[in-house]
Amino acid sequence: MTAMCDVAFLLLTFFMLTSNFTQKEPVTVNSPSSISEIKIPDTNIMLILVDSKGKVFFGVDGQENRKELLTKMGAAYNTTFSPEELKEFSLINRFGVPINRMKAFLSLKPEERDLPQNAPGIPCDSIDNQFKNWVSISKGINKNYRIAIKADQKTAYPVIKKLMGTLQDINENRYNLITSLESSKDFENQ
Amino acid sequence: MSTRVDFTPMVDLGFLLITFFMLATTLSKPQTMEVALPSKEKVKEADQTTIKASRAVTILLGKDDKVYYYEGTRENDIDPVLVQTNFSPKGIRQFLIKKNYDVMVKVRELNAEKESKKLSDKEFEKRKDEIIADKKAPIVIIKGTEESSYKSLIDVLDEMAICNIGRYAILDIDPFDLELLAKKSL
Repeated sequence: MTAMCDVAFLLLTFFMLTSNFTQKEPVTVNSPSSISEIKIPDTNIMLILVDSKGKVFFGVDGQENRKELLTKMGAAYNTTFSPEELKEFSLINRFGVPINRMKAFLSLKPEERDLPQNAPGIPCDSIDNQFKNWVSISKGINKNYRIAIKADQKTAYPVIKKLMGTLQDINENRYNLITSLESSKDFENQ
Repeated sequence: MSTRVDFTPMVDLGFLLITFFMLATTLSKPQTMEVALPSKEKVKEADQTTIKASRAVTILLGKDDKVYYYEGTRENDIDPVLVQTNFSPKGIRQFLIKKNYDVMVKVRELNAEKESKKLSDKEFEKRKDEIIADKKAPIVIIKGTEESSYKSLIDVLDEMAICNIGRYAILDIDPFDLELLAKKSL
């Protein structure tokens, strides 16, 4: 009994120390597989999530950076956010709402935020390109942010092309495309 | 009076917590593929390089994971031959390997050397880069149509890595390519 107890607590300690929690994403995204074996770094990630219908979600890491980001973004669109709203925003991993709906979005309960009607995606067309501002302001706050794009297998290519075009406009030319692992055995024996 | 304490509830709790942490943790980090796109700043005419038609391979991504390729460009009003293929090992990969055969052989030799002689990773990367930058190796231009999916893009970038293509670019599709595609589908 004592031995089993020891093992159980050893395992418990191991999992507690090694775990970093699965981050909840607002939409399900099946990333395509590739043979690339480079792992994504842990910190300084600016993640752009694109679902199969082309809705764009955005998120940066670092709670202080998130607060600063929302303050500056609010200033650019003539909105001021209260300290409570900033606090709320700093706890959100990814969001997909236009800036004019941000206040309403932050006042929702966490479980309501991921409902499709509450997550219309960030506008990124040429008339109202809020996505571009999010990226350039984030980059201004922390220039070490790496851009990671996670898109669904079925996402249409023009959507990705438009995003990349926007990023090229603000001189961001290096991206990490997030993929899942695929074995490369079948090309080795040719 | 017995002084033994019943440990069962504590062990129960221990296992419960283990289960929770096992389920909540992410052990594998996602993979990533690094891509660099050209900047949009205008390049001076003098700095532009023209690529030889014999080195150019254009890959077009179509609907439903279809993929087309052609070599060279339109010369003397003769259109290049557009070939339809797929992402299986016998498809686009076979063509690219054939096209890039010299580089593939050299990279394979280098891999063998790395395994036998224990080449350092840095040395290996350096020599691989040299081999890949071969002057005769094909230059691949990737163009996606409006109907293609993100999966095709990742697949084709994968093929670039597998076939050791050193120079490739992702460009916008132009009317000439659309014309070729339209002719092909007739």
